[in-house]
Amino acid sequence: MTRAALLVLADGRFPAGGYAHSGGMEAAVTSRDVYDAATLEAFCRGRLHTAGLTAAGLAAAAAAGHDPLALDEAADARTPMPALRQVARRLGRQMLRAARATWPSPGLDLLARVRPQGAHQPVVLGAAARSAGLTPLDAAQCAAYESVGGPATAAVRLLGLDPLEATALLARLTGELDEVARTAAAAAGRVPAEGVGALPAASAPLLDVIAERHAARTVRLFAS
Amino acid sequence: MNATAPLTTTTPPGHGARADASAADPADAGPTACEHVPEACGNSAGSAQPPGVHASARIRAGHNGRTTTVPLLHSDGPFHLRRLRPRGDRARVSVIGAMSAPLGGDRLTLDVTAENHARLEVGTAAATIALRGPTTAPATYDVRLTVGEHASLNWLPQPLISTRGSTLHQTCAVDLAPSARLLLREEQQLGRTAEPPGLLSTRLTVRCDGRPLLDQHTLYGEPANAWDGPAVLGPHRAAGQLLVVHPRLDPGLPPLLIEDDPTAGHAVLAPLADVPALLITAIAPTSARLRRLLDTGLAHVLAATA
Repeated sequence: MTRAALLVLADGRFPAGGYAHSGGMEAAVTSRDVYDAATLEAFCRGRLHTAGLTAAGLAAAAAAGHDPLALDEAADARTPMPALRQVARRLGRQMLRAARATWPSPGLDLLARVRPQGAHQPVVLGAAARSAGLTPLDAAQCAAYESVGGPATAAVRLLGLDPLEATALLARLTGELDEVARTAAAAAGRVPAEGVGALPAASAPLLDVIAERHAARTVRLFAS
Repeated sequence: MNATAPLTTTTPPGHGARADASAADPADAGPTACEHVPEACGNSAGSAQPPGVHASARIRAGHNGRTTTVPLLHSDGPFHLRRLRPRGDRARVSVIGAMSAPLGGDRLTLDVTAENHARLEVGTAAATIALRGPTTAPATYDVRLTVGEHASLNWLPQPLISTRGSTLHQTCAVDLAPSARLLLREEQQLGRTAEPPGLLSTRLTVRCDGRPLLDQHTLYGEPANAWDGPAVLGPHRAAGQLLVVHPRLDPGLPPLLIEDDPTAGHAVLAPLADVPALLITAIAPTSARLRRLLDTGLAHVLAATA
């Protein structure tokens, strides 16, 4: 394994289609719930500790080699909104294609065979991290970072926010990001003894509501 | 400040009952009897105030071939269980608060089983109010619901209210047989009128035939991270869910935005993945508005199952 594999996987330029998604940011900006740096930070922190923590747990468990189908089912149970399940599977399919080209492995091939429509993105991310020789904590870190990096980048485009301000915000969140990743990886370590119920299931009602609202809109910049 | 003042200056209602239950301890050595929580004793060692109660109440309904019977009603601690008049062929039980609970340090469990073919409805007579109590220790309140083959359970408690200074970890774990039916409503209110809430953690886990159907964990109130931010609750102080699992539901129903307005609240009705189950997720400024949203959603669901 190489540490640099983590940089390749976490890079926004990794061709997994993430750039087309704002993680609910477009809907939050449209409804004027996010309008400046302070509300952006509150949004990102909320997303990190809810959807981000849940995704990080699934990614860590997949990176540890747990049954990806059981994890995919656990991801469905943690994603009650059809719009978010659809987005997660579409992103999962795109990431799987990129990951199989980057770090080919029998595990990724199997996942592509049993979930041709795509598995949940965090599960694929974890399986990709495993193929790249990365650890469950690496995968959790990557998922946690994605949960805030996407919305922060989208906010720059949607609000015309200073990119330096958005980056400073991400830097301020790094401590909490590490903490979320550690919590997620520790939970993944309990899966063999306690089952997938040990994984975080943190949810956020507003993220759920705005995801369905956004999916119903015909004119939008981001897919989610 | 003034909103919580009465809690510290007067004895909450039911505290007499709480003390009586503890005093009865030595006489009742049963494993489910109320007892002090040993690990919570440290804070108030030597004081007469009990640091918390252990209580475990149980309800079991069965079907005798003709009708639903409720052979087991085990009241304990704050849970006083009472049979209500059946509605049609559905047996009904009400949980009545026999003492102020949960307070800090309490360990409460409520176990409800509807055996094969039984039809049961369980509700609470009043809102469940989480209070700080004599210690800052967290309280736990675990609800376990088990529904057998062709059985039907309605779990419709009144709201759970988190008050300033309280810490409550609530879980609701539901185990459904493949042909089981469920109507579940959970509502949380964060603080009484104009009162900041305590810390409220709730986890709802629903499994059908052993497989996870729904798993949701919420954490509201200080020091939870960004719980009142634009990704989680925003300005809303009431949150709730209504879940219907019924074989006649069409899992292909399109999601429906029941309400989406900052003052009225937000509510979405959506099918869960691959199973005949509909979930209404709602948030609103007040619990009255929340209930209205959940009722509107339920009317849509009933129309879909008719």
